Amino acid sequence: MDEPIVKYKDVHKSFGDIEVLKGIDLDIQPAEKVALIGPSGSGKTTIIRMLMTLEEPTMGVIDVGGRNLWQMEKKGEWVRADDSHLHSIRGDIGMVFQHFNLFPHMTILENCMLAPVLVKNESKKEVKATSVEMLEKVGLGDKIDLYPAQLSGGQKQRVAMARALMMRPKVMLFDEVTSALDPELVGEVLEVIRDLAKEGEMAMILVTHEMDFALDIADRVVFLNDGVIEEEGHPEDILVNPKSERLQDFLSRFTVNR
Amino acid sequence: MNWSWTVFFETIPLISKGLWITVGLTLACYLFAAIFGFFWVFMSRIPSKIVRSIFGWIAEFIRSTPPLVQLFFIFYAWPVIPVVGVSLNPFVAAILGLGIHFSTYMSEVYRSGIESVDKGQWEASTALNLSTRQKWTKIILPQAIPPTIPMLGNYLIIMFKEVPLASTIGVVAMLHIANDYGSQYYKFVEPLTVVALFFLLLSYPSAILISKLEKKYNRKFDKKAMTS
Repeated sequence: MDEPIVKYKDVHKSFGDIEVLKGIDLDIQPAEKVALIGPSGSGKTTIIRMLMTLEEPTMGVIDVGGRNLWQMEKKGEWVRADDSHLHSIRGDIGMVFQHFNLFPHMTILENCMLAPVLVKNESKKEVKATSVEMLEKVGLGDKIDLYPAQLSGGQKQRVAMARALMMRPKVMLFDEVTSALDPELVGEVLEVIRDLAKEGEMAMILVTHEMDFALDIADRVVFLNDGVIEEEGHPEDILVNPKSERLQDFLSRFTVNR
Repeated sequence: MNWSWTVFFETIPLISKGLWITVGLTLACYLFAAIFGFFWVFMSRIPSKIVRSIFGWIAEFIRSTPPLVQLFFIFYAWPVIPVVGVSLNPFVAAILGLGIHFSTYMSEVYRSGIESVDKGQWEASTALNLSTRQKWTKIILPQAIPPTIPMLGNYLIIMFKEVPLASTIGVVAMLHIANDYGSQYYKFVEPLTVVALFFLLLSYPSAILISKLEKKYNRKFDKKAMTS
């Protein structure tokens, strides 16, 4: 087995007096697809937000590609990471949000082109070509000059994925990406994720309530409850033959079709 | 009182010379206030709580004292303060005084615009690894400023009407000319009427223009800002 691309080591996170994560240990292998499931408030989203540097852990270490994300070495001592340290690692991580967070003042093509041009200093012409390609891949090749407000939720989410993919991250995070969508639009978004998963090279962490989908594409399912990992393993074992009572109770609220 | 049309028409060209000073001073003050407004916004976002509250208090102090007092202070009091005292020409003093005073209002407008930008926009920019500078210039400000244009425009009109304060420290603009004419010939009504008409002539069309802009931006943003 390769060296894990992401390593959580005894990671804690508190918001004020409330401890949301109470010691998370989790390794993600390169190209591995991991589904995070659990009741709301169990800390699933916080786990991936810390990896995207949107929240700072209260305690513990997160390694990305062997480098400590939130601490850096300075004169032989470990100190809190500064902006440039975070910047140097963050490029390996991409994220798709529940509420899309597209930039409303730019066309969807401009949404895709912005970061590669600004952050990676790639040539505008090449970025434009790859952006169009990427948008075609998510089925929006005919909409590149529209603004986000002119799209449906499912289309917005597909743009958001194309935009994140443009940075070619090694790990892609999906934060309940279908939760804000009308039921009839969920399918088209899952379809794109499924295609991505098949392509294989990128590690993916999905926070999701779509159990069938997790069963279908994940290599591993992690069940989070009350700030700790309660059970993890092969999707079949977790979703079809759950051991712990809590997980059985949680899954009883969903219908899992094998 | 006897109204003289001759005096009225005689003072129009005299006072219109001051009109350009008034307009120029308004624009200069406004530009200064618009740029310096960002300084307060910047200071209010500094991580250190002490620095933040010190600058918060300074801005509050400037906002709650009359601009006339500030003008007098900069023009008459500042030059006699040892070491830091500098004596300024009236025009520069007016730009500084009114500019700083209005910058504290402008910063509030900017702040309301910045706070209206969804938190998700910051998060998406972080996820795409944009630098702090790029987040501000490419993502946040382009969304924060356009909806505040009507408010910013209103301050331009208010500023235009406050600029005659500068005549108190000797800036020779419309009001000053009218006043001089009055004291010389003991005719105040006609020149001051001309001054009032000039102000009306400029601020009323500006107000209409701003309300048009407001409508235009409301339409545009309704369309674009729907959950994105």
